Amino acid sequence: MAQESSILDTFFEECEDLIVALTEGLEEMRDGNADDETVNAVFRAVHSIKGAAGAFALDELVGFAHKFETVLDELRSHKLTADDGLLRTLQRAGDILADLVDDARDQRPANRDVVDPVLAELQGFLGPEEEAPAEEFVFEALSLGFDDDDDEGGYIVSFTPGAEFYATGNDPALIISALKELGKASVTVDTTGLPTEFADFQWDKGYLTWTVEITGLMTDLPIHEVFQFVDDICALSITPLDAGPPAIDLPDIAEPDPTSPARPEPIAAVAPPPEAIEATPAPAPKKEETERPAKKAASTLRVDPERVDRLINAVGELIINQSVISQRLQEAALPNSSEIFADLDDYKLLAREIQEGVMAIRAQPVKPLFQRMMRIAREASDATGKDVEVVTEGEATEVDKTVVERLADPLTHMIRNAIDHGIETPEKRVAAGKSRQGKLRLSASQRAGSIVIEIADDGAGLNRLRIRDIAIEKGLIASDAVLTDQEIDHLLFAPGFSTAAEVTNLSGRGVGMDVVKTAITALGGRIAISTVPGEGTTFSITLPLTLAVMDGMIITVGGQTMVVPISSILETVRPSPGDLSKLGLKSELLRIRGEYVPIIDLAEQLGQPPSDKTMAERVLLLIQTEAIAQCAIAVDDIFDQRQVVVKSMHNNYGDIEGVSGATILGDGKIALIIDPDAIASGPAVAPQLTQLPEGDLSHARAS
Amino acid sequence: MTTHILAIDDSRTIRSLLTMTLEDAGFSVTTAVDGVDGINKFKETDADLVITDVNMPNKDGFGVIEDIRGGDKNRGVPVLVLTTESGAALKERARKAGATGWIVKPFDDDSLVSVIRRLTGA
Repeated sequence: MAQESSILDTFFEECEDLIVALTEGLEEMRDGNADDETVNAVFRAVHSIKGAAGAFALDELVGFAHKFETVLDELRSHKLTADDGLLRTLQRAGDILADLVDDARDQRPANRDVVDPVLAELQGFLGPEEEAPAEEFVFEALSLGFDDDDDEGGYIVSFTPGAEFYATGNDPALIISALKELGKASVTVDTTGLPTEFADFQWDKGYLTWTVEITGLMTDLPIHEVFQFVDDICALSITPLDAGPPAIDLPDIAEPDPTSPARPEPIAAVAPPPEAIEATPAPAPKKEETERPAKKAASTLRVDPERVDRLINAVGELIINQSVISQRLQEAALPNSSEIFADLDDYKLLAREIQEGVMAIRAQPVKPLFQRMMRIAREASDATGKDVEVVTEGEATEVDKTVVERLADPLTHMIRNAIDHGIETPEKRVAAGKSRQGKLRLSASQRAGSIVIEIADDGAGLNRLRIRDIAIEKGLIASDAVLTDQEIDHLLFAPGFSTAAEVTNLSGRGVGMDVVKTAITALGGRIAISTVPGEGTTFSITLPLTLAVMDGMIITVGGQTMVVPISSILETVRPSPGDLSKLGLKSELLRIRGEYVPIIDLAEQLGQPPSDKTMAERVLLLIQTEAIAQCAIAVDDIFDQRQVVVKSMHNNYGDIEGVSGATILGDGKIALIIDPDAIASGPAVAPQLTQLPEGDLSHARAS
Repeated sequence: MTTHILAIDDSRTIRSLLTMTLEDAGFSVTTAVDGVDGINKFKETDADLVITDVNMPNKDGFGVIEDIRGGDKNRGVPVLVLTTESGAALKERARKAGATGWIVKPFDDDSLVSVIRRLTGA
């Protein structure tokens, strides 16, 4: 059973690949490349799903795939043309097929309300439904309760194999031994047809006739079974032993279709001379038909993810071990000239190489995820009656497998939101002087140690007044709160916030963008919004390349060692007193290249006692955040940059504001990993950002 | 001597199912992922019987059979076609290519095994 369920897993994995191939093919076709090879590839994908689904009795899947495949077959044989109507239907059918695979995996019944109309559309291309072909007749050998050893009853089987019999890999000896197993048998062979001169002998001519007398057999069904594949290519007669009327030539098991032209005439008991059954020579293989330009199938290795995870853990330990060794070497106070330092550098390089290699195993292109999202987008535009073109960019970008898996839900939600709330109805768009068709762009790219995924619509943009009203109504902010545009936008992520005037079926209920944000944060990522009224909204998700290891800057604050991700640090600054200026009582600004950026005191943010160093004695980490532009985080000191292994604290401590995890340093101490973005958008920052702190901001934060 | 089966199918699922069924029945199994791979594996291994899918990339099942029958090595090997269709035309085409027999998907484990035993004398 375990084996079968693992094959079922294989089936669903394979289905995923096939759906990707199918979607790709359909896209090609939509782009006007409905050439034979593309249509064939699409056909094969559907066909493979159908074939394998049959093995698991997934009837709804088989039934739909069958209809889908039939239409594709008609297209393949040029009985249909790939016009817009057909392409749209095929696209929808592809979506439904993917849904049915999901349903089968989750053991849900299919949603007939969605499936049946598409099924009907497909049927529409096939003309009126034909009578379902009669169920294939399946013969079951009946046990009649007779003792098989009973000598009564039996048959005389006589057969003369012809050329085709030999040409198709059959062997009379095997037929005879199979017949012998049916009962007591005696075999005679008639060799009179053999040529007298050896030179005249041809191996594939039917010179020989065998006669097998079998007793103790009540029915000739097992005999027909033995001749299952060959009854039309060897002259065969089956006669009951008790000289009664000849056995009726039953429709055989393999060929239930009696109208088959291949079916031979009833054959006389006496075998015809060999010449009479000489088959026409087999046609030469048509190479151009059967051989296609070989497209090299990607050779892949399937590995249990657990093994990779073990490896990743081991690599994590290796990196910790590497920093332990560095630390020990430093403590040993060896001369700098010691070659061991060069060796250590090599060690670091190798460890990094191994780490990258292991990470690459887990990396997956976002393409399947994006294709799934395109499907979601199509369904959403159908459901809302909006005309939306979805474009994807950077599909080849690779992301950790876990990230890809966990992004599906947040992305689904955001795409539905974008279509439901972002993009306007065609009428409104036209009225606003925009194109009828809305555009949704889904892109992925790799930027300096991070993956950035963007969902951009060209809709109406966020309605900030409305967001503000709702936030006030829901008690998220005070009615007189003064908020920047960005702060208003970020209210979307506040728990319990939902902008939909009426909860639509599509975007769901209540569980809004805060769930999206939680999911992204759990992946160590962050999400940002930018919106231009009337022009659209872009959500950017920034994710770490890997979940397990990152490059960190080791810092101290209030005597504690901590880590700040290098990826978020723009530069480190040792400020001269002239670069610092006060704002209000406590706040300070750093002037850098003519710009003022707010300084955030990390110790203060983390609730530690104030540093005994003055600002000018400290080090500032200039960071770029999503919530606000730039800011500088003040720490006591910085040490080196090194790779750290990220250990989640989520399971033990839940979410800690400002801390994204922990790591083990070379000396065995545990250090917290700071989340600069959360620190930057922490409560104390707001007064520095809003130049005129006249409103009560204490309620303005979603946290 | 264990009976050795070469199973050619582009579906991973079907390959797994075939491997499981055939190995349970005591056969040894080599699998190939498409027609071209199938012919290569056929040349590399000594198969007592070949099972091939029809619809495959690179080279279809008929092409595989024609190559086997037209080749030098082991050309008389029994070849079973594994197909979802059961139409007479397909069987005729398979026969013309040189197929020994055909099994309709989804296949029944026991009848598949008994057909293989019959065709190989195992």
